[in-house]
Amino acid sequence: MARINKNESRAPRSMQISSFPELDDPKAIGATITAEIDGKDVKVPMGTTILEAAKKLGVRIPTLCHHADLCVAGVCRICVVEVEGQRTLQASCAYPITAPIKVRTYSAKVRRARRHILDLMLSKHYGECYACARSNNCELQALAKEYGVDKFRFGHPSEPLFEVDRSSYAIHRDMNKCILCRRCIRTCIDLQEVGVLEVIDRSDKTRVATFMDKPLSDVICINCGQCINRCPTSALRANDPTDELWAAIDDPKKHVVIQTAPSPRAAMGECFGLEPGTPVTKELNTALRRCGFDRVFDTNFTADLTIIEEGTELLLRLYKALVEKDETVALPQFTSCSPGWVKYLEHFYPDYTDNLSSAKSPQQMFGSVIKTYYAQKHNIDPTDIVSVALMPCAAKKFECNRPEMTSSGYKDVDYGLTTREMATMISEAGLDLPSLPQSDFDDPFGQATGSGVIFGATGGVMEAAIRSVVELVCGIKVENLFDHADVVPVRGFEGVKYAELPITAVGPVPEILAHLVPNWDWLKGATLKVAVCHGTANAHRVMEDIKAGGKFSECHFIEFMACPGGCLGGGGQPIPTSPEIRAARAKAIYAEDSGSEVRKSHENPAVLELYSKFLTDGPCGHKAHKLLHTHYTPRGKYIT
Amino acid sequence: MQNSTYGNLTFSTVKPGEALAKAKNMKPVDIIAAMSDSGMKGRGGAGFPTSIKWNLAAAAKGDEKFVVCNADEGEPGTFKDRVILTDYPELVFEGMTIAAMAIGAKVGIVYLRGEYAYLTKQLEDLLAKCREENLLGKNVLGKQGFDFDIEIRMGSGAYVCGEETALIESLEGQRGEPRNRPPFPVDTGFMGRPTIVNNVETLAWASCIIAKGPEWFNAIGTEKSKGPKLFSISGDCEKPGVYELPMGITIAELLAEVGGANAKAVQIGGASGQCVPKTQFDRQIAFEDIATGGSVIVFGPERDMLTVAHNFMEFFVEESCGQCTPCREGNAKLLEGVNMLREGKCSMSYLKELCALGETMQLASKCGLGQSSPNAFLSIVSNFEQEMMGRTN
Repeated sequence: MARINKNESRAPRSMQISSFPELDDPKAIGATITAEIDGKDVKVPMGTTILEAAKKLGVRIPTLCHHADLCVAGVCRICVVEVEGQRTLQASCAYPITAPIKVRTYSAKVRRARRHILDLMLSKHYGECYACARSNNCELQALAKEYGVDKFRFGHPSEPLFEVDRSSYAIHRDMNKCILCRRCIRTCIDLQEVGVLEVIDRSDKTRVATFMDKPLSDVICINCGQCINRCPTSALRANDPTDELWAAIDDPKKHVVIQTAPSPRAAMGECFGLEPGTPVTKELNTALRRCGFDRVFDTNFTADLTIIEEGTELLLRLYKALVEKDETVALPQFTSCSPGWVKYLEHFYPDYTDNLSSAKSPQQMFGSVIKTYYAQKHNIDPTDIVSVALMPCAAKKFECNRPEMTSSGYKDVDYGLTTREMATMISEAGLDLPSLPQSDFDDPFGQATGSGVIFGATGGVMEAAIRSVVELVCGIKVENLFDHADVVPVRGFEGVKYAELPITAVGPVPEILAHLVPNWDWLKGATLKVAVCHGTANAHRVMEDIKAGGKFSECHFIEFMACPGGCLGGGGQPIPTSPEIRAARAKAIYAEDSGSEVRKSHENPAVLELYSKFLTDGPCGHKAHKLLHTHYTPRGKYIT
Repeated sequence: MQNSTYGNLTFSTVKPGEALAKAKNMKPVDIIAAMSDSGMKGRGGAGFPTSIKWNLAAAAKGDEKFVVCNADEGEPGTFKDRVILTDYPELVFEGMTIAAMAIGAKVGIVYLRGEYAYLTKQLEDLLAKCREENLLGKNVLGKQGFDFDIEIRMGSGAYVCGEETALIESLEGQRGEPRNRPPFPVDTGFMGRPTIVNNVETLAWASCIIAKGPEWFNAIGTEKSKGPKLFSISGDCEKPGVYELPMGITIAELLAEVGGANAKAVQIGGASGQCVPKTQFDRQIAFEDIATGGSVIVFGPERDMLTVAHNFMEFFVEESCGQCTPCREGNAKLLEGVNMLREGKCSMSYLKELCALGETMQLASKCGLGQSSPNAFLSIVSNFEQEMMGRTN
């Protein structure tokens, strides 16, 4: 994952060798070295780890604490190998090759050590595989099978030692299943720079804990769930509401509706054996109906709505700042659709809550529209509606439980469901997702645009906003500026992206915004400065830059996503995750965008109808404010 | 136990300032060459040649370099560094200064064992005096461009912080846990800069080697283990205390010296060392035979070896940093095994399994702590099997 400055990482340099050397670093080219692994030679750049070199040869070395997204730990020791001339075995994930070496990856010593290590882990790992959410997708279970573990050589706990922490709306922690690989810690401290989890105590009493051992709900956890995605076992998992949801579906009085976000559709196939990046949007619609959902809606509809509200809010802020010279206007405006990012800001930068767009996330907008507009339109009692959101996200579970998210008069969204949980429901219903027939979303929100889809990838919100702003303000087709309306400068997995958009000409104010501003002349000649960042570690850097008055403080609009890669890498997505898997999901998302009939939020007919029939005072109007906007809580880091 | 020395250590024959005055006129390469000619190997126990360590750090690129004195003397049965720091601290500081000249460091850090906090006043006073006399500070002893100063940092009681990379982590304010090696501290040490970490005794000898010449040092000891060595002698003997003895001395000779001739076993190298039975008392204490950081614990005929094993395993279960699986869980399993033996409930086959586990710990643990923690257990089991088995408690 790219960062502004790699050297600012907490991890000591000895832990950072996973990023060394850069394969495209010209200095590394030429400095190659030959390693002999299991009798086969491989040429690798100086400093490549034994693990990476073995991969090149197709030699599999088992790993547990190693993860492609994280700095090196070298603590589980399952990847030990024999290096000729070394007295002890070496952890292949942490051993950089700097001289010609001979390695044996499965000698008697190695096999015995790995088996011992597994036996030791199992001696502390409480639980039975068949009563576990990660059964069949557990790295410990897979290794036990691989190494022929058929008994607990050093015993097995018969009672749980720790109480399961179920305090959080989003994440449950069961330390009885923890094998102390510390991926969650490296995720939380180094990858996300949040720092909720650390190791406490020593020796066999060592365990992962929160500050003062407080429940997860009482610490500065942002619910991003990135730790869940990297946990090799089931020590970390999302708060699973499927039992309650089945009960609602089985209750004939309840009208159960589900909205599905773009990212789960790009990843759900992974849970059914498909290659990452295989979209299953329309098969999923069928599956959801067969599971018993009464209506299947597309969150992209409210993603488009978000663009209109959030974009209008930005234009209004700019108008106040530039025309009315109001110095209290908070700029840059920050996106607010990632609930992990929102909570991160509330904890780490509580002074900046005014910069967050007051527009709700698409999930929550949909929630309030369903229990008001939709309920009225179809004459359904909102108390009978159970509103479910299929999200790639753990933090959405927290978001829908925020006390302020009740503007419909009810809990706007009843359940946030992760991609993984939905996949389990589908298989519980006996459905094989990939072989189901395709079907469309339900009306009245069936129509969505490509702009809504790309919310799933980092840069997507910004791209959607730019598509609309260009057309609404400049009065030109966005295709005139960007081929196929692909706003390439804000795409890709670079940690922080920055772009400038000079407004050389302006058009007439479109009817939908006519009540807000007289004309666009005040924007003529201005340069819109935007930035995009994903992963809270990058958000940290951008925010520090803003605090210091750096270049990002001069931006007008910044997209923040809590998760690496954006929503497609969310904490509710299928496990495992890696840069390659996230790239494949992104491809699926951009393919869905370019295949969309309508690709710009402001052209979504269903959105326009909503404004003409329901939110009649227009974007950012009184009604919209009541239903589609929210406020935030400066939480700070000291929680009593 | 006697803690005072008998006044005839070599250290007392070197005048404060003598070594530094000589070193001041030497080139870095000459200092390293002198260390090389002396045959000096690290006195902390691992026995890494000091000249090679210094040379690697001298050659390493870095905008800053550091000299760290490992004074986190925590190995059970070791107390010789405390004696050096009490009676000859100037030799240690001079050794650090000489090392700094050799590698090009400006900052030295003494990482002092938490329990030795009572020494800080005395050490700080001496540092202040050194600064006054320009033995530290800008242009040390008038050597233009050579600035060097020393600060004292306290450990907080973790045994593992005696391991050099855990020590560095602790210095950086992190939890004291060993790092992956490579990269080694000589290349990537404190704050990511080239750093040498040397034992207190190593640095004191370095001063003696410069003052008395490498030939003097090289003439003492064996082919592969040169020089004199300090030993911390404790346990069932008549004259416990700190001794200076030549490397290569046999256990029998050492026991005769300290009044422990009737011992049934000797633990050499502290808890992480090995337990040597009477039948092997002709073995040498030297890097090529039984290496040690200096701890010698004598066990008399009445000692119960299972209690000894229990004591050591309890220590490691307490002190493992908990980072890597073999050490974190393995030591607890070995301790559990000792308890089973005590109750007569450990089968031969399970004991065999535990010994195999011990070997895995030696091979697969991340640092020296885990790699050496099963040593005592394994050597006691193999040498005193008759004493272990068949307990009915």
